[in-house]
Amino acid sequence: MTSTVDASVRIATPLAAAHLTTDVVVIGGGPAGMAATARAAEAGRRVVLLDEGPNVGGQIWRHRARATLGAEARRWLDRLSRSPAEVYHGLAVVDIVPSVGDGPITVVAERHRGGPVDIVHAGALVLATGARERFLPFPGWTLPGVIGIGGAQAMVKQGASFARRRVVIAGTGPLMLPVAATLSAAGARVVLVAEQARASAVRDFALSLLWHPETLAQAALYRLAFLRSPYEFDTWVTEATGRDRVEAVMVSAGRRTRRVSCDLVCTGYGLVPNVELPRLVGCAVAEGAVVVNEQQATSVPGVFAAGEVTGVGGVSLALVEGEIAGAAAAGAVRPDSALVRRRAALRGVAASLERTFAPRAELRSLARDDTIICRCEDVRLASVARLASSRQAKLYSRAGMGACQGRVCGSALEFVLGWAPGTVRPPAEPARLSTLAAAVPSTVDIAASTPTSGH
Amino acid sequence: MTRPRPDAIVVGAGIVGAACAAALAGEGLRVLVLEAEVAALGTTAAGMGHLVVMDDSPDQLALTKYSTSLWAAQSDTLRTASELEWCGTIWVAEDDAQMDAVRAKRQLYAEHGIESVVLDERELARREPHLRPGLAGGLHVPGDGVVYPPTAALAMLDLARERGAEVREGTRVEEIIPHGVRFAGTTVHADVVVNAAGAAAAGLTPGLPVIPRKGHLVITERHPGFCRHQIVELGYLTSAHVLTGESVAFNVQPRGTGQVLVGSSRELVGWDPSINRQVLARMIERACRFMPALASLTAVRTWTGFRPATPDKLPLIGRWPDTPGLWIAAGHEGLGITTSLGTAALLADLVVGRDCAIDAGPYAPDRGLSVVAE
Amino acid sequence: MSGTPPAGPTVTIHADDRTARVPAGISVAAALLELGVGAFRRSVSGEARGPLCGMGTCHECRVTIDGTAHRRSCLILVAEGMRIETGAPSEIAS
Repeated sequence: MTSTVDASVRIATPLAAAHLTTDVVVIGGGPAGMAATARAAEAGRRVVLLDEGPNVGGQIWRHRARATLGAEARRWLDRLSRSPAEVYHGLAVVDIVPSVGDGPITVVAERHRGGPVDIVHAGALVLATGARERFLPFPGWTLPGVIGIGGAQAMVKQGASFARRRVVIAGTGPLMLPVAATLSAAGARVVLVAEQARASAVRDFALSLLWHPETLAQAALYRLAFLRSPYEFDTWVTEATGRDRVEAVMVSAGRRTRRVSCDLVCTGYGLVPNVELPRLVGCAVAEGAVVVNEQQATSVPGVFAAGEVTGVGGVSLALVEGEIAGAAAAGAVRPDSALVRRRAALRGVAASLERTFAPRAELRSLARDDTIICRCEDVRLASVARLASSRQAKLYSRAGMGACQGRVCGSALEFVLGWAPGTVRPPAEPARLSTLAAAVPSTVDIAASTPTSGH
Repeated sequence: MTRPRPDAIVVGAGIVGAACAAALAGEGLRVLVLEAEVAALGTTAAGMGHLVVMDDSPDQLALTKYSTSLWAAQSDTLRTASELEWCGTIWVAEDDAQMDAVRAKRQLYAEHGIESVVLDERELARREPHLRPGLAGGLHVPGDGVVYPPTAALAMLDLARERGAEVREGTRVEEIIPHGVRFAGTTVHADVVVNAAGAAAAGLTPGLPVIPRKGHLVITERHPGFCRHQIVELGYLTSAHVLTGESVAFNVQPRGTGQVLVGSSRELVGWDPSINRQVLARMIERACRFMPALASLTAVRTWTGFRPATPDKLPLIGRWPDTPGLWIAAGHEGLGITTSLGTAALLADLVVGRDCAIDAGPYAPDRGLSVVAE
Repeated sequence: MSGTPPAGPTVTIHADDRTARVPAGISVAAALLELGVGAFRRSVSGEARGPLCGMGTCHECRVTIDGTAHRRSCLILVAEGMRIETGAPSEIAS
């Protein structure tokens, strides 16, 4: 006699899902996201803002105490908190399901500390996911004590103290100035700031900023804060050495190479827009940035993007784009013309910035055969250098298969080997299996039945 | 420049094509492997990489048993490159009725010389503490294992090259003709042409009863020691057996890295590679039903792949009479990694005209299967 | 690590075999850096690794917090009584 076991009983999912319905959901609480949220809420829409960090502010306005922020940041924080928008932080968006027909866009988020999965159903989405630093591999870059330039800024703002550390800052771009100033003010000894760009290029860029004297004044103030530290152009770090943490770096200016002892190295070569979530929901991306129209609308209906994710351009541009996106997501028929003019001017500066501080060709050859290029899986350059694509590298060597999902190695190898990034699938960040299971309610029970006799 | 005519052309450099190329080259044939894209990046790269005996039918049992013994006999080089680990399999029974099936399975395996041990509830829990309490028991098959398929296939291609084979990637065969193939405006002739094009094999051989059967997988971060064996629910056989609609079945596998690979799902949706969030969610739910602690593990990646499915769950190994010179090595469903070596050995025997180690009749491509199974 | 307790509100955390009072509102990563922790985790080949990006992207700052492995310490603030373990993730508790 055969009896069939009906194994279709579903387990009670231990963690429930908390559903939220809203008009506009904004992902990313930096300047662009804050501006979009405030604007959309002021237009009378229900708005939910989601941010991965411990507080809003993104990178540039990261803070523990409000008093540490400048006036503009505090104005926007006030404007955000005065608005009726709901702000949630400490959760990572792991999936976005585009709308089907007239249905909502669904955003799935996981709280770092555990708890229910947050599922937000929204009519419109604003992606303000910002940008991350581009790290380029060099021998010894995985040693503890080698951190990002923005990374140093972030760590200090979240409470780290690098007092009494001997610091080498080696990278590119204006971000090195405030970071050097912050570290000096906090008691670190900045022994060298190495800018890989050519002195002539940076000088031309600085001259172009004469139209924006307040920017030059700010830069000068920063430089004063660490005036005793050498600031060298055409210079970069070729190697970090040390046993369990960094103890020295080799610094090159082309032909000359010298050793500088240090116990903290801040390094980063530009910013890379965080286009993973936009790509997951289907947005068109060009040259590594989300493509948007004059309303900051992406190629996906109902989805807008603003800030660094549409192209690295700084705080002022992010705020303008955020306002336009927020208004558009709230239903504005056309963008505010003053904002449009301001955006055009600021984009010009952004383009000039990118040209000036583009990483130089020598930085492609710093990694040696045995240099780890995928930090999550400890894959060395030799394992991937002769392969043709990021996908091939991933499957043959596991490079890009780890926790950072190719964010660090992918951006590095895009510069070093010219590879395009691979496909994006959920989860957009590592997520608990329960999050993936709870996100979508099953409508049909799946039966697995087993006859008990015969084969 | 004219090159010498190959004795055999293998179409497809997945693990089955790679194994066949190595085997035929080992027989002294001059082998040319033509791969449309990049070696081992198709179904081979998407699977779980299990080496497992499976008894959906006696013929499946015979082939998987033969194949796992060939894996055990492989060189150190191949086993190291494949990251082969003999972690064994535990089939899980939820209740007494399934325990009867477990005991019958043990009996069947014993008759075929496959070692297995019946586990009661306590023994099951001892071996796999994260399985939920209240399960009836299971069957431990220690002779099963796990490999990392892409590097296994690449190692087989290297072996083929050492034996004189040539491998051309980025070369898409447009048509298989009597004793030859056409690609990029060229025709190359060979006495033997092997269609090892996996889930796409029917595109080159019209009438071949192979269709794509989509599966989802998800892999976690490193949680070393979470599970020690490959663990499968008995219902997996049913899920694999019934070639209709959509099903999920619990199947987890510990990787050598300490990551946990979670499956499985089956759907017939053509070639859509996108993640179906509902199927993924049901698959994970089902897995958590058996191992509740899975729920709090961190998932890093999800992906899909296409199993080459045939109506009777057996692969096609042997001549394709409609086209002179054409041989088939395709249709392995979820057992391509396991049976790659058995397939290659049988194919080599058939091509050179030697008696096969096991009866190859059940896998004959022209055994009268209908094209589209429903 | 300096001998004087931090000014302002503090919380007590347990980091590996140490118990320490750290300023409230700082990130777990900042707290571990303050305590002189060099190796937040061990890489696949056993290298010591510490935070790199500071903003949740690189996943190098992962530690086990209150029994759950692979938590990005730069994104999580310290809390009273928090248990932090560095190094390789231990087997998940049943």
